[in-house]
Parts: sequence; C-alpha cells; structure tokens
Amino acid sequence: MSTRSALVGGPSAPAAADARRPVSLALGARAGIEPRLLIDASEGREDYDAYRARGGYAERGAVGEALIEALEWAGLRGRGGAAFPAATKLRSVADRDGPRFVVANGEEGEPASLKDRWLLRNRPHLVLDGLLRASAAVDAQTAYVFVSDPGAAASVERAFEELDGHAPIALQLVTTEPRYVAGEETAAVRAINGGPALPLDKPPRPFESGVQERPTLVANVETLANVPTIAVDGAERYRELGTERSPGTFLLTVSGACARPGLYEVPLGEPLGATLDELAGLPERVGGFLMGGFFAGLLAPRAREARLAYDELRDEGSGLGCGAIVVLSEGDCPVAVAADVIDYFERENAKQCGACIRGTAAMRDAIFALARGEADEERLERLRGWSLSLRERGACALLDGAAGLVGSLLREFPREVDAHLANPCPKCASLSAYETKQESRFALSVEGGFHDARKS
Amino acid sequence: MRAKVDPVKCEGFGPCNEVLPEIFKLDEWNYAYVEGDGEVPEEFEEKAREAETGCPVHAITLEP
Repeated sequence: MSTRSALVGGPSAPAAADARRPVSLALGARAGIEPRLLIDASEGREDYDAYRARGGYAERGAVGEALIEALEWAGLRGRGGAAFPAATKLRSVADRDGPRFVVANGEEGEPASLKDRWLLRNRPHLVLDGLLRASAAVDAQTAYVFVSDPGAAASVERAFEELDGHAPIALQLVTTEPRYVAGEETAAVRAINGGPALPLDKPPRPFESGVQERPTLVANVETLANVPTIAVDGAERYRELGTERSPGTFLLTVSGACARPGLYEVPLGEPLGATLDELAGLPERVGGFLMGGFFAGLLAPRAREARLAYDELRDEGSGLGCGAIVVLSEGDCPVAVAADVIDYFERENAKQCGACIRGTAAMRDAIFALARGEADEERLERLRGWSLSLRERGACALLDGAAGLVGSLLREFPREVDAHLANPCPKCASLSAYETKQESRFALSVEGGFHDARKS
Repeated sequence: MRAKVDPVKCEGFGPCNEVLPEIFKLDEWNYAYVEGDGEVPEEFEEKAREAETGCPVHAITLEP
C-alpha cells in the first residue's frame, strides 16, 4: 500500500492552481534577448501612433515574391499549432488564379493558450502590418481577422479605425463563439462564408477553396506578427535567434504549478526545464507537463531536458503546438489531468464525425473508470487500441488530439496508470467535480491582466 | 484509384463494407474508413465504384 500511494503521489504536494481564476499574469522575455513580439505590460495597448513610432508600417521591406522568399529563408513556421512552413502556404495561394483572400486567424481554441488574445488585445497593429504585407504578397483583395475573444475584437475594431484609410485593401473583422474547433482553418473559412464555425473534411483545403470558394491564406496571428520584422530586417537577422529547423522566437504561455504563470517570448530550441524555471519558476519536483495547449498531450518530468522546438518535441512523441505548456505538480495525478482534458475534448467535439463522437466518449468513460479504480486490464487494452486506431479518423484534428492525449498518458506514466488498476486513487477523488462538465481547470483566464515579469 | 470516406457524412450504414471489405473497414461503432492512403488495387476498382454509388449518404469519393 505504501508503495502504491508513493506511485500515485503523496497527498502533501498541492495540485496546479485552477487556471480559471483570473490572476495577474507575468509578461517577459528570456534573459539576453531583445523581444520582437512582446512589449511591456505597463505600456498597455499599442495604438497606431505608438506602433508607427516604433518603426511599424515601414514603407521599406521585401514585397511580393521577394517577401515570400524572405519568409522561406527565414524558415518561419506557422504558430497556430501545425508548424507548417509559412512561405509554402503563401506560395500555394499566390500561385492560384485570383481573386484571393487572407485570414488572420486569432480564434485561439486551445484553452491553455493566451498569446493570440494578448497579441490582438495589445499589439493589433503588429498583426495587421503582417496581415497587410502577406495580403500584398499573395495579391489578396480582402483580408479578414477572425476572433472570438471580445477584448481582441474590440481592439481590432479600434485598430481598423486608427488605420482609417491607410490600409490599401479592405479589412473585415469576423467574430464567432469560442469553441475548440472554431479556429481550425476550414471552420474559420466556413464562418466567414456565413456558415457555422465547424470543420469540413479535407481536401479541399482553404488554399484551394476558401473564402467565396477562392484561394485563401489562413494564417495564425502570431505567424503574421513575425512577418514585418522578416520583411524589414531580413531573414538573416531573423535567424540570429532560434535553431536551423525552428528559427526565431515564439510566444510561450506557461500556467499550472509555477510561481509566475504568464506569457514569455523565447528563442526556439531552448531547453524546456531551464527556460520554464528561469521565467515562470518551477516547483522543486515537477509532476509532468501538458503540452501544446491540450493538443500535444502529457510528458513525464524527464522532458525537462527536451528542447522547445518543433521537430525535437515531435520526436519526443509530443509537440510545441501553439506554444502553451501547463506545468503539473507532484500533487497532480496524470490520470486526473488526462480525465479533465479528455472530458473537455468529448464536450468540445463538433458532433459531426461518428468516430469522434463515439471515440471521445468511449475514451472519456474508460479514463474516468481508471480514475475510479474500476478499470481492468481488458479495458486498459481497449483504451490503448483506441489511442492508435482513432488517429486520422476525423475531419479535423480534435480526435487526433484526444487519441494522442490518451496515448501519451499510457506511454509517459505507465506505473501511475497500472497503480490505478487495483485501487481508487486518492488524488483522482476530486474528479467528481469534473463530471459536472464545467470548463476545464486548465483553461486560462486573461481577465486578471498582465504585469512585467521583472517587476514581479 | 484512391478511395476516401468523408467522416462527416458517413452515418455507419455499412454497405461499402459488404461490397468491398478489403478496402472499406468498419470500426466498432460501424463507421467506415479506409486504411493508409486508400489506394484501390485494379482488381477491386469495379467493386469500389459499386460501393461509391451504393452509399446512401454519398460519403465515398474515388479519385483516379
């Protein structure tokens, strides 16, 4: 019994704080780097004049095909979660017959991420500068900003007013209700076309048939925020930070069991543990990490040694995704964490694909049975089977995320999972609260505002 | 030829699996899917067309 309770953790370590409660979040950059995306929290929202004063909307810089080449040299990869090469995406739209459209995707579906909301609320003109440059490069006739966060929508609307006539093409704001799948590229396009913000089966992808069934570039707002600096300062400068395959900096959202939850700008390729410890302050003993928002699943504490880069984390069976990491304490049972997240996936699935509706529900029920100490070997084997067989079965990636989460729990925490087969876990006891189908406790609120990290 | 099942459209009626079980698999809830990239060997092409037209919700597409 003592061995078992040690395996599922002692009762002394507190679980990661409930992220739904608004607290003031820290804002800062890794020591020794000049931030490219973040500005001081004390500055508040950067308006048109402030952005211009910083050199924004510069008339110089690479345009057209030269900009696409610069993005290619810079190696910019999409920051929405898929890390797809930005230049390839732009070129696939530019090469097709017009009219063409561009969408700045700020519908941040990942509950543990806040960087897109922060960017649009605080640096809307940096995003719009990137959006206008990308629109010009693909010769788009209209550009859209797609969001659900009311604070982001208000900031973008003000930015449109501040731009007043300075934008060379039509700009439109399209809002939607918040939902995990609403930010998926086909869902965004469908909403802009007047439909529901729900994913469609692919192909066609938006670069083939998007807004008004025309070639459409859908780019994450952080991806676009990197475009002005690459256009003006060049690819070489951009590559001064980051790694060969993951160049530049990214916005890291850290929450959970850490001293300073918040938003940090970090060069890609830095070590996970040391970076999180320097910026956010890790507990002495970490229980694990929930990666990529919810999408990239769980990692055991040994992932401290991993690098914060796209390919390196993929090789770990995980991912950087949208750059959000939830730190788990020793008081967090990985099964309870998985239960919270799989419950969210089950609730948030679009109810469109049969395999997703039935598969997320089946995995959820099995994880909850495991948490209650009611699962046997056979049920665990079925769970393992679903974690493999349900991949690539949905129109969007939600089912992949759910299956990947389950697979990561079984792969990263085998001893803890086995310990649940025999007995109810004391740390999973509070799970009854999740079964009321509330918001996930890892869903990060931004309503507490931000403060500068070095002043905290 | 490549076969594809639209997961949004599929309602699990399953005639595709009766016509051509080698290509159209059913999961435990009866929803259809194809394995890998859905490549259909030449000897199955006619059966694949039969499965396509026989799907009551038109969830199957065949690409040359």
